[in-house]
Amino acid sequence: MLKIKNLHKSYPIGSSSIHVLKGINLSVKKGEMVAIMGSSGSGKSTLLNIIGMLDEADKGNYILDNVVIKDLDEKKAANYRNKFLGFIFQSFNLINYKNALENISLPLYYQGMKRNKRREIAKFHLEKVGLLDWALHLPNELSGGQKQRVAIARALASEPKLLLADEPTGALDSNTSADIMAFLQKLNDEGKTILIVTHERDIANMCKRIVFLKDGIIMEDNFINQNRVESDV
Amino acid sequence: MFNLDFWSEIFQSIDKNRTRSLLSGFTVSFAIMLFTVLFGLANGLNNTFSETFIDSASNSIFIRTGRTTKAYKGLQAGRRIQFKNDEYNYIESEFKKNVEFISSRVYRNVTASYRNEKNNYLVRAVHPDHQFLEKTIVKKGRFLNELDIKNQTKVIVIGDLVKEDLFNKNQKIIGEYINLSGIQYKVVGIFNDDGGDDEERIIYMPISTAQQIYGNNEYVDQINLTYNPKLDYNKAIDFGLDLENNLKDRFTIAKNDQRAIRIFNMAMQNKGINQMTSVLGILILIIGLGTLIAGVVGVSNIMIFIVKERTKEIGIRKALGAPPRSIISIILAESVLITTLSGYLGLLIGVGVLEWFGPSLKTYFITDPSVSITLVIGATILLIISGGIAGYLPAKKASEIKPIIALRDE
Repeated sequence: MLKIKNLHKSYPIGSSSIHVLKGINLSVKKGEMVAIMGSSGSGKSTLLNIIGMLDEADKGNYILDNVVIKDLDEKKAANYRNKFLGFIFQSFNLINYKNALENISLPLYYQGMKRNKRREIAKFHLEKVGLLDWALHLPNELSGGQKQRVAIARALASEPKLLLADEPTGALDSNTSADIMAFLQKLNDEGKTILIVTHERDIANMCKRIVFLKDGIIMEDNFINQNRVESDV
Repeated sequence: MFNLDFWSEIFQSIDKNRTRSLLSGFTVSFAIMLFTVLFGLANGLNNTFSETFIDSASNSIFIRTGRTTKAYKGLQAGRRIQFKNDEYNYIESEFKKNVEFISSRVYRNVTASYRNEKNNYLVRAVHPDHQFLEKTIVKKGRFLNELDIKNQTKVIVIGDLVKEDLFNKNQKIIGEYINLSGIQYKVVGIFNDDGGDDEERIIYMPISTAQQIYGNNEYVDQINLTYNPKLDYNKAIDFGLDLENNLKDRFTIAKNDQRAIRIFNMAMQNKGINQMTSVLGILILIIGLGTLIAGVVGVSNIMIFIVKERTKEIGIRKALGAPPRSIISIILAESVLITTLSGYLGLLIGVGVLEWFGPSLKTYFITDPSVSITLVIGATILLIISGGIAGYLPAKKASEIKPIIALRDE
């Protein structure tokens, strides 16, 4: 599914540069649920950005679903992101003047899908996250947990191969966090491959595998016994 | 790409930034309004000028004679200069290339009577070309022709007001005979003239007829002609001077004698007016364009601000798979839409102002101020281009937004 080999990335800071990723090797199979852990500055967000094609590596190979991701221009990157990836962010990143349904439809709009079809698919996913009654509400009329569920529905809308979550529970209280994690576990049960960046140990424990990053290299990479969460969704 | 969804995206965004969009549009509206009003006023000024000379062709030259004021080559001052048919023939044959229409004139005041009606009128005895010199509009019947000149026929063409004075309504007029100071003339035509009432109280008669009846001579009071319209103003002015010099030679008049032969050349007037209006036009263009540029910069500025404020949103869109083109076209279209709509509003207000105040400006030398359809279409195209220019920088900025930076949590 996902294969990363000897990935390097550095950022220029003034005249010098800092080496953030120093040779990452990672391979994720379909259906895995992986937590990428590490303290801030460990390079975990950079790694996620490269996997998410929001950033490009300086050196190394990245293969996603048998496609070599290299030398992307913006148009191609946009196309791949739309086709392969679903993003879930810490701060939800919903568009605040669009209602829940419109937010979910947006990736489909960029696929050039017809309006009616978009609506239908968006409704299906909104129902899946249990918020069909909130379809016409604007993000600021939703609670944090509801917003994140709309964001998850949006990430799912284009049927991506890989879900990327950057601190998905970072802005939520522990009850809601558990809710969201339970929902992600359910998605994983249905076969979705999920990558979660987090710095919280208990969130990581709800995944099936923990990759521990420190100073730009993978220190540990263990499969664990998943800590199941029950939820009412 | 330019479908319903695309536009609903743009309207959503304008609606969300309503105040800002309105404010940025205001400058453009104002610019176009200012431009329209100024342009209309300039047009009005122009109209006044052309209306002043409307009853004569704009390329007219009038030649009159008087008495010499300077002794020259042994001839006394105070000598009376009299044109005859010879001068007419001379000009017609010698300056053929530069003359479009030419006519002599003889004036006579007559008392006209028809049945019980009687009134005094001015007779202008002329050549057939005169119709084009004075822009005479033949309403009924015909104007004078070469045959009338050749046969010295006693026919006349009467002005509309002469007709109203002498004839009853709905009466047959063409073919009737009018008595002019004792001689019967057949009416062959009725004419209108934009030059006003005085011009329509005139009676036209073949020049040869008048010469025979009023003195049996070949005297000519005045010669009118139009220069070849292909001549530009400078060439036409030169032609007028040339004509004057030749005529002065013919009558042995000092070159600096101002009164013996007087030439009024419309080209001189037109040149002055033309220069003034073109300077005025350039001035207005500069003011209008300057304001428009200010407006465009305003829109551009606000669009940059909007882009900056929407950085995060654009980042989200990119992360969700928005190609750069869709981001650019959204910003560009928004800018073009704001500029065009507000510009059009300004145009409408400007035209409204002209319509509203136009009639009351007559006292200020401004007649019928208005803008042409061409200008409206031109302005529309200009606005769309301006909107594109205004949106270019912001759109470029938007397309260069990196989602990774846009999405970074503060």
